[in-house]
Amino acid sequence: MRHIISILMENESGALARVANLFTARGYNIESLTVAPTEDLSLSRMTLVTSGSDEIIEQITKQLNKLVDVVKLVDLTEGGHIEREMMLIKLRAERTQREEIKRLVDIFRGKIIDVTDTSYTVELTGAASKLNAFIEAVNEELIIEVVRTGPSGIGRGPKGLSL
Amino acid sequence: MELSGGEIIVQCLRDEGVEHVFGYPGGAVLHIYDALFKQKELKHILVRHEQAAGHAADGYARATGKPGVVLVTSGPGATNVVTGVATAFMDSIPMVVLTGQVPTPVIGSDAFQEVDTVGITRPCVKHNFLVKRLEDLADTIKKAFYIATTGRPGPVVIDIPKDITDPGIKIPYHYPNKVKMRSYNPVVKGHLGQIKKAVKILMEAERPVFYTGGGVVLDDAAKPLTDLVDTLGFPITQTLMGLGAYPGSGKNFLGMLGMHGTYEANMAMHETDVLIAVGARFDDRVTGHVKQFCPDATIIHVDIDPSSISKNVRVDVPIVGPVKQVLKDMLKVVNEGDKKPKQQALKKWWKQIDKWRAMDCMKYDKKSELIKPQQAVEMLHKVTKGDAYVTSDVGQHQMFAAQFYRFDKPRRWINSGGLGTMGFGLPAAIGVQMAHPKADVAVVTGESSIQMCIQELATCLQYDLPIKIILLNNGYMGMVRQWQEFFYDSRYSQSGMSVTPDFVKLTESYGHIGMRVEKSEDLEGAMKEAFSHKDRLVFLDVVVDPSENVYPMIAAGKGHHEMYLSPGSELV
Ligand SMILES: Cc1ncc(C[n+]2csc(CCOP(=O)(O)OP(=O)(O)O)c2C)c(N)n1
Ligand SMILES: [Mg+2]
Repeated sequence: MRHIISILMENESGALARVANLFTARGYNIESLTVAPTEDLSLSRMTLVTSGSDEIIEQITKQLNKLVDVVKLVDLTEGGHIEREMMLIKLRAERTQREEIKRLVDIFRGKIIDVTDTSYTVELTGAASKLNAFIEAVNEELIIEVVRTGPSGIGRGPKGLSL
Repeated sequence: MELSGGEIIVQCLRDEGVEHVFGYPGGAVLHIYDALFKQKELKHILVRHEQAAGHAADGYARATGKPGVVLVTSGPGATNVVTGVATAFMDSIPMVVLTGQVPTPVIGSDAFQEVDTVGITRPCVKHNFLVKRLEDLADTIKKAFYIATTGRPGPVVIDIPKDITDPGIKIPYHYPNKVKMRSYNPVVKGHLGQIKKAVKILMEAERPVFYTGGGVVLDDAAKPLTDLVDTLGFPITQTLMGLGAYPGSGKNFLGMLGMHGTYEANMAMHETDVLIAVGARFDDRVTGHVKQFCPDATIIHVDIDPSSISKNVRVDVPIVGPVKQVLKDMLKVVNEGDKKPKQQALKKWWKQIDKWRAMDCMKYDKKSELIKPQQAVEMLHKVTKGDAYVTSDVGQHQMFAAQFYRFDKPRRWINSGGLGTMGFGLPAAIGVQMAHPKADVAVVTGESSIQMCIQELATCLQYDLPIKIILLNNGYMGMVRQWQEFFYDSRYSQSGMSVTPDFVKLTESYGHIGMRVEKSEDLEGAMKEAFSHKDRLVFLDVVVDPSENVYPMIAAGKGHHEMYLSPGSELV
């Protein structure tokens, strides 16, 4: 099953490498990984999407927790959570296609953020599944480039992941 | 007090209570060596290869429980020590390894003797640090010792750029007496509810067995373990790493388990209904085929490391906590409860075990004219009254030592279990003898393994270390040969080792005593003579039967009930 794991870690050089290393060394798969500083400059927040059996996910969380730089960790998939990913997608958009693409972007509540005679660049935010659906909805031949940030996630409700 | 970086390092080590540093100098650590030169308290042991510095510090740690300390230079010094670090990592040995690094301004420029030490060692350390500011040096050293020695212990590497140790730059020195790290909080106590649950299951057990490992030795928990086992009257088997925690001559001891474990230990594992694993990690050499592992058992697992629990084998009652504390709590719950173990069932169980014991699975030909390696280890036991520190290398000799020395005390059996590092034995013995100058320290080794760190004979001379090297010389990489005999139709591909130096002369040229013994009847005399030289290193080249194999044996991936017991035997 797919899991989204949120990690607070010391903002030390090498912390990211430790996580990446762990996944390659133990043969776990990483679907995506995002990392950025938080409001507390000594901490960074990582969102990691992985998949595996319950046993493997249990090992992954235990091994992550064992890393000395990891301060706190939560498997968001265990409770209610919100997941967002941003995608920039450049599409071939010539005369006849322009209207059609525009309509599709509206349906998905995206924004066209760059326009040329022959192309649109679209910004789209949502759960990873929504971005996938958009990619499927547009004609494959029109896609010039896709850039995705990878999901970030946060738990539902008033509680936060903090120290 | 204002100190330079080099002086700070020396002072921190002294404040940490370190007495010995095992190392080898080079460009990036010259400032530190200069600071060492100017003091007397901290003793530096100059090895002949950085790998040996790692193993010596490791042996020191295993024999004492105190962290071993290593100091090496950047580049090749650091890469040479990696085997030592990885060896310690696999067996959870507390060590602090200081490596020199090129000066901070040139890091990343492929400077002379630059390697990414932090990157290279990352997968085989508990943690590592690159010190970027002189102000962080003392704190980092404190943290390193704290991390190395608490929780599940392990090696910590501190990479120190040369400019950080510059004698011209001094700052006020203060060694923190405490550390707090928000990201690292090892468990200090097991959950009482879980402990009670476990005890309840133990009291209902009909065919229980203790399976204990290196964690018991590491946490100095031999006494509570022995008390608990004896109070309950349960059988116990120990892993290669756990030997000596429960006495080898104790009546409840079934011998070692696993690939070369005894018949009774492995059969008991196969038939048990309640397995209590303590400080053991269900290694593949122990479990055999995991699908066939303890098929009927409810499994209780006590370990300090949550990630060890349910890693290879699903556990029913996990107890995360320091082994010693948990065992003490468990004993208390047992003693204060009104339930007793099921005596009738236990009696039946012991009867079954005695039947397995009667197979006498470790028998060997005692009348052979050629010296049998088993016999040599038994003789070592006799001559040292079972009270020596025994280090070993890797191979058949290691298994024979584990099987036949019958360790009665913890920290006496010192071997590379997890990584299986040939070349470990002699340098490890250096660390052990350094820690226990008066004790008998023996290296049980093979003619192949000993050659991997043979240069350390010089170190032994320099520091007057009266180590006894017992070479079980079978002219082969015996363990490799054994596998080739069993699984490759005796095609002995590259496993012959008949071309060796004359070990007697070699030892003499290093300034020690060399001896050779070839006949069974001369073994006892030779061994006694070797140990009669109280203050000299003696290298005893024991020519043993080259065709001997280690039994019992479970082939890799087989179940515990599928063992080869003797030459030509079918699986039983
Ligand atoms: C550094 C290293 N290289 C290779 C091996 C693989 N290996 C395991 S046992 C062994 C043979 C050891 O031979 P020897 O030291 O003579 O011991 P014996 O088995 O003959 O007692 C080898 C090559 C190893 N464990 N370590
Ligand atoms: Mg050999």
